[in-house]
Amino acid sequence: MIYLRDRGQDVVDILLDRIQGLGRGTLAAVSRLGRANVFLLEVFAGLSGMLTRPGLLIKQLFSVGVQTLIIIVVAGLFVGMVMALQAYYALVDFGAEDSLSVMVVLSLLRELGPVITALLFAGRAGSALTAEIGLMKATEQLSGMEMMAVNPIERVIAPRFLAGMISMPLLAAIFSAVGVMGGYLVAVELLGLDAGAFWSQAQAKVELFEDLGNGMIKSLVFGFVVSWIAVFEGYDCIPTSEGLGQATTRTVVYGSLAILVLDFVLTALMFGK
Amino acid sequence: MNTRTLELLVGLFVAAGLVALFMLAMTASNLASYGGDDGYVIKAHFDNIGGLKVRSPVAASGVRIGRVTDISYDLEGFEAIVSMSIDPQYNSFPVDSSASILTSGLLGEQYIGLEPGAEEEFLVAGSVIDITQSALVLEQIIGQFLYSKADEE
Repeated sequence: MIYLRDRGQDVVDILLDRIQGLGRGTLAAVSRLGRANVFLLEVFAGLSGMLTRPGLLIKQLFSVGVQTLIIIVVAGLFVGMVMALQAYYALVDFGAEDSLSVMVVLSLLRELGPVITALLFAGRAGSALTAEIGLMKATEQLSGMEMMAVNPIERVIAPRFLAGMISMPLLAAIFSAVGVMGGYLVAVELLGLDAGAFWSQAQAKVELFEDLGNGMIKSLVFGFVVSWIAVFEGYDCIPTSEGLGQATTRTVVYGSLAILVLDFVLTALMFGK
Repeated sequence: MNTRTLELLVGLFVAAGLVALFMLAMTASNLASYGGDDGYVIKAHFDNIGGLKVRSPVAASGVRIGRVTDISYDLEGFEAIVSMSIDPQYNSFPVDSSASILTSGLLGEQYIGLEPGAEEEFLVAGSVIDITQSALVLEQIIGQFLYSKADEE
């Protein structure tokens, strides 16, 4: 009898432990979300510091933007070329291969340009931002700054965040432009389509604000979200080598997921009618 | 790396981004065809506009001379009213010109074709085109075809 009662007690204990674990996890997630939002407000407040020291921003624009340029250009070129090849095989059956440029340009401007650029940006620049800030935290450089009455958010975080937000739309524009040129190379030089038809079809169907403008809005939103996630994960990481690794992974995973989910929402709002 | 190279590279990056945007706007989108909205607006009534849309082209002899700016429905005459903006250099269409809704190619988009008349007065801003021909609707054509077949028998 006593034995049985103990068993029952154990089951209840395990159940309670599980429920407590669920509660702890939920509270941790909510408090993380709250910290991320408070952190974002602090970063916005810290942006003003860049007016007096624009050099900080230039340096970050270099490491976030310029150093990401090569992967963006190469990826854009090949994505554009593959798009042209695939569109050709699909359209040639209908004798509509002259519309190839419409398909290539529209997909690049509306979807592939902003999305692939943002994914590459999260992998190349976002992870580097997290690792850099996380290491500063682990080696107590951030708290050292606070000791010297220097605001680390104004000095370290804000320039990186702003550089990410400025770089993303520029990188997405470069990606799309290089992609269109890649599509042109394949369509005109390889498949022998007419160069005039390529440009005139695109010009007839692609709207300046509807397509190019909305694509740029998308890339701005992605730049904001990825930069936010990257600097927050670095600032909020557990200051050990293991925690740093986890934070870097989280930047890439959360960043990529956020981009893809937001892309669906934005597409539904912009083109869904 | 010294400040000068750093700033130079960042400047090049920003310039490349802006050039890319400019290139996309000029060569791959319809910025070039925006060219001022100073055309004059004329109207036409149609029984059926088919798949005509705002911004559809208006053409005479196949040459693009303007575009559709507005499509609305008139509850008094039970007709569609199509407003179109004609580029200012094409300002000498006779008032008895006719407008028809045509399709470019077999499955292409629909546009308005203007056929000049013979009057000596010209269409001006606010003129209404009286002679119009509606879009061809496939179901109606098939219906007429079946009717005529039935009559023959």
